[in-house]
Amino acid sequence: MKNQSVTNNLDWMSVFIYIILVILGWLNIYSSSLSSVEDQTSIFDFTQIYGKQFLFIILSIPLIFIVLSVDGKFYEKFSSVIYIVGLLSLAGLFVFGKTVKGQANWYSFGSFGLQPSEFVKTATSLALAKYLSDVQVNLKDTNRQIQALGILAIPILLIVPHDPGSALIYGVFILVLYREGLPSWYVWTGFIALVLFVLALMIKPLVLTGVALAVIIFVYYRSRIINRNWILSTIVFLLIGGFVFSVDYVFENVFKQHHRDRFNILLGKEVDMKGIGYNTNQSEIAIGSGGWFGKGYLEGTQTKGGFVPEQHTDYIFTTVGEEWGFVGSLFVIALFVLLIIRIIYLAERQKTKFSRVYGYCVAGILFIHFFVNIAMVVGIFPTIGVPLPFFSYGGSGLWGFTILLFIFLKMDANKVNEW
Amino acid sequence: MRKVLLPTIIFVVTILLVMRLFYLQVIDDSLKLKSDNNAIKIKYDYPERGYIYDRYGKLLVANQPSYDIMVIPKDVKNIDTTAFCSLLNITKEDFLKKIEKARVYSPRLPSVFLAQLNKKEYAAFQEVQRNFNGFYIQKRSLRDYQVNYGANIFGFITQVNENIINKNKYYNSGDLIGKQGVEESYEEILRGIKGVKYIQKDKYNRDIGSYKEGRFDTIAVQGKDINLTIDAELQKYGEELMINKRGGIVAIEPKTGEILALVTAPSYDPAILVGRQRSKNYTMLYNDSIAKPLYDRGLLAEYTPGSPFKILTGLVALQEGVIDENTGFSCSHGFSYAPGRFMRCHCHGGLLQLHRGIYESCNTYFSSSYMRIIDKFNNPPRGVDVWSNHLKSFGLGEFMGYDLPTGRRGKIPTSKTYKRMYPGWGWSSKTIVSNAIGQGEVLMTPIQLANMIATVANRGFYYTPHIIKKIKGGTIDKKFRTKHVTTVNPKYFDPVISGLFDVYNFGTAHGLNVEGIDICGKTGTAENFAKINGKRVKLQDHSIFVAFAPKDNPKIAIAVFVENGYWGARWAGPITSLMIEKYIKRKITRKDLEKRMLEGSLEAEYNKYIPNPVKDTLINQMAKKPVKLVSKEAIKTKDSKAKDSTGN
Repeated sequence: MKNQSVTNNLDWMSVFIYIILVILGWLNIYSSSLSSVEDQTSIFDFTQIYGKQFLFIILSIPLIFIVLSVDGKFYEKFSSVIYIVGLLSLAGLFVFGKTVKGQANWYSFGSFGLQPSEFVKTATSLALAKYLSDVQVNLKDTNRQIQALGILAIPILLIVPHDPGSALIYGVFILVLYREGLPSWYVWTGFIALVLFVLALMIKPLVLTGVALAVIIFVYYRSRIINRNWILSTIVFLLIGGFVFSVDYVFENVFKQHHRDRFNILLGKEVDMKGIGYNTNQSEIAIGSGGWFGKGYLEGTQTKGGFVPEQHTDYIFTTVGEEWGFVGSLFVIALFVLLIIRIIYLAERQKTKFSRVYGYCVAGILFIHFFVNIAMVVGIFPTIGVPLPFFSYGGSGLWGFTILLFIFLKMDANKVNEW
Repeated sequence: MRKVLLPTIIFVVTILLVMRLFYLQVIDDSLKLKSDNNAIKIKYDYPERGYIYDRYGKLLVANQPSYDIMVIPKDVKNIDTTAFCSLLNITKEDFLKKIEKARVYSPRLPSVFLAQLNKKEYAAFQEVQRNFNGFYIQKRSLRDYQVNYGANIFGFITQVNENIINKNKYYNSGDLIGKQGVEESYEEILRGIKGVKYIQKDKYNRDIGSYKEGRFDTIAVQGKDINLTIDAELQKYGEELMINKRGGIVAIEPKTGEILALVTAPSYDPAILVGRQRSKNYTMLYNDSIAKPLYDRGLLAEYTPGSPFKILTGLVALQEGVIDENTGFSCSHGFSYAPGRFMRCHCHGGLLQLHRGIYESCNTYFSSSYMRIIDKFNNPPRGVDVWSNHLKSFGLGEFMGYDLPTGRRGKIPTSKTYKRMYPGWGWSSKTIVSNAIGQGEVLMTPIQLANMIATVANRGFYYTPHIIKKIKGGTIDKKFRTKHVTTVNPKYFDPVISGLFDVYNFGTAHGLNVEGIDICGKTGTAENFAKINGKRVKLQDHSIFVAFAPKDNPKIAIAVFVENGYWGARWAGPITSLMIEKYIKRKITRKDLEKRMLEGSLEAEYNKYIPNPVKDTLINQMAKKPVKLVSKEAIKTKDSKAKDSTGN
């Protein structure tokens, strides 16, 4: 009955999508980095960005083999260790970190750098899965909620100082916890807070609070008398008012100018397209100029001109948009959605809670990166530097996502061996 | 429920992203445009404009390179002002003033910061240009006029306006285009075709090579040189003779239709419409509504032709067989063409035949002939149309199709004209008899008048007048090689021509003949009126003259019009005579006459009805000679014999 062969049980559909995404990613990196190359050299020229990425891709093959050949139970058994190592690697940044573009989130090894935060996502997922898979853990219990959130809070606190944007990624774990029984008011509160946050930046706090008051009073009197609870209503009102005013205060006094600008661009408050708005503006121009079918591979004028900053990393999708057009963009989006939905589907059919939670974490992480990155590139989300999984240039990112995905595929392939 | 939240969010978010992408990539066109502006720089290579030569190959119009420093005020940032100023040798105050002026015009659009650098300054600036954000060099090719006459023939070069840009895809903002004169009519030949280079640029606006390996690039095609039919020396002389007069001279070579001279007065030095003062000068010329220097009188002024029109009346009468050369009409210093209607005549009276009728310019003779034409069919409308059609075969009443951009039809009435003018009641030859002597509804431009006399010189045919002689590496329009034959039989021309010849011997131009040249001509004096303060005021008559020479082998046909020049032989006659002498003999023997014409001025006449004449118009400023009035007595005594009379 036991079938140890990983290759037979591996979800080849996910692997296939992964391979396509990595190859497409490299092709677009090649195109976007060509502009800075004086003479076209071999694709194996490791001094060039496309050459390095090629190397990263090649090196991820042994990585995959290692991940798949490790015993299926290893990840569950050692999840705590992995988590702690991950946290230490983040903490170590405060001492040994190398500052690149204002963010000290790198370890430098000669000419190569390593970004621990890319791996900590995996570690955190494992730790969360391990914690939730404990039969005694019931998320209806407030103490359990606090503990679960604590697992997430530690890496967030360690990442925020270096890279506040990526900390946002951890927000997606709320959806995983909800799947596993976290009361829905967490999600609603998060959702309302998000809406209020955006509204608070657009509308004067006093006006917004007034509107909230009107809504609360309306709801209060429309409720059946027996359900009217003026104490709860007052508390809700005070919380909303406090939140709105504190958002305004934090935005104006705690945020740094470049953080404020990122939101202001999005809200249409900034018009300086040569300054802070440059990235988003150029990115929209590049994508928008692609039209239905794009300008053709290696024919993107914006890409060639190097107008879009960081195009090979966070803005890699602009190359897709410009050179492959709407049709090409749709294809890439379809691949991502297909992969994420496939992982959710696989997660739901897991026999152990551990691998199900972990699968959910994988889907959630891929999704939040995919969404935040593309939404930023098309100008509907603030500029937050998160990579597009498998696409963006960078060894740490590619390996991090590869490990994240293949650990789950290993678990999925291994499921027949459990129980 | 808990299972579907994440997939639902994924679904919603994906729809959102796809919609946004659809909007950016498919709906919003502006981004495509921005992308092109962003990444592709179009660099134009302007070919040099073709040179203009006269009929003998004398260079009239060449080019001069000119380099302007342009500024886009919004982009001027972090520049070393001191270095900049010392490089261009300007003061800091100048610098600030110019920037401010440009900013007032537009912070975003380029303005000329410093016009017309010389080559050395240009080279020095170009080297360090990249240090000065917001400044760049625009090379232009300006006209370099070798002569100070012929402004109306050449036209000028100006920047295209928005109207032209919208109509003609070739032109972009800032491009130059020929306006008026041959610069306009031969614009496409002179300008050539600009070359286009698409250059890929990066975000620092640096060129990073040719766009798509130059697949869309085109090479500039040089402008072609042209030779005009103008005789530069004759043109110059004509303009000099017309100084301080208003009017036009058109000289044509009869056997080819080539325009030898096309003078309008007052005119201006073409060089004033080049360079920094161009705009200011043009505005001054444009706004001079009294002297109208930009109005080419040779082509545009529709005058009552007066007596020269009698030539046509005679020819049509002969062709229609209503008279022959021996037909006689009796004139007793006038002509009673209807009860109570009398047309005065200043001929010597008695029984006149065609020959004396012409050289004495007898009103009675031609009025009688005209009435016979109109009455020939006992049907005035038909008579008028027959007459009118003969005239049209001389190129009258229509645009002539010459190769200059402006013109007027003139006016030759038809039966329709009179049906409109006299609706409901009969009109007859008597009603319209003043047409006979060129005073009725007939209007002609000087060039039509010149073409008419050229046709007479040719004994019944003409070539469409034209100003293009040769296009280097091109061919000129076939229509200028097409002979137009009149409806009047050639045999009827000789009697008329012999009359015109004796205009110089015994007639109204007696005393203006040139030794050794047989000139045939005809004086004209045309009444004219103007509305001044709402009242119709009769102004001084126009002085008109048409002539061709030599009689048997015509080399030049000419029409001269001098506004308010009293009578034909007073101004137009002598000028015609001098022009003919100049063209045929290349030098003037009658120095007294020449001096009188060169120095003579009609300014006083022109200023008569203007309460406060403006003295400092550009035209007045440019007049090289001071306004010198020749005393009227002097003219009268000298010209008393040649004196024409009103109505001739």
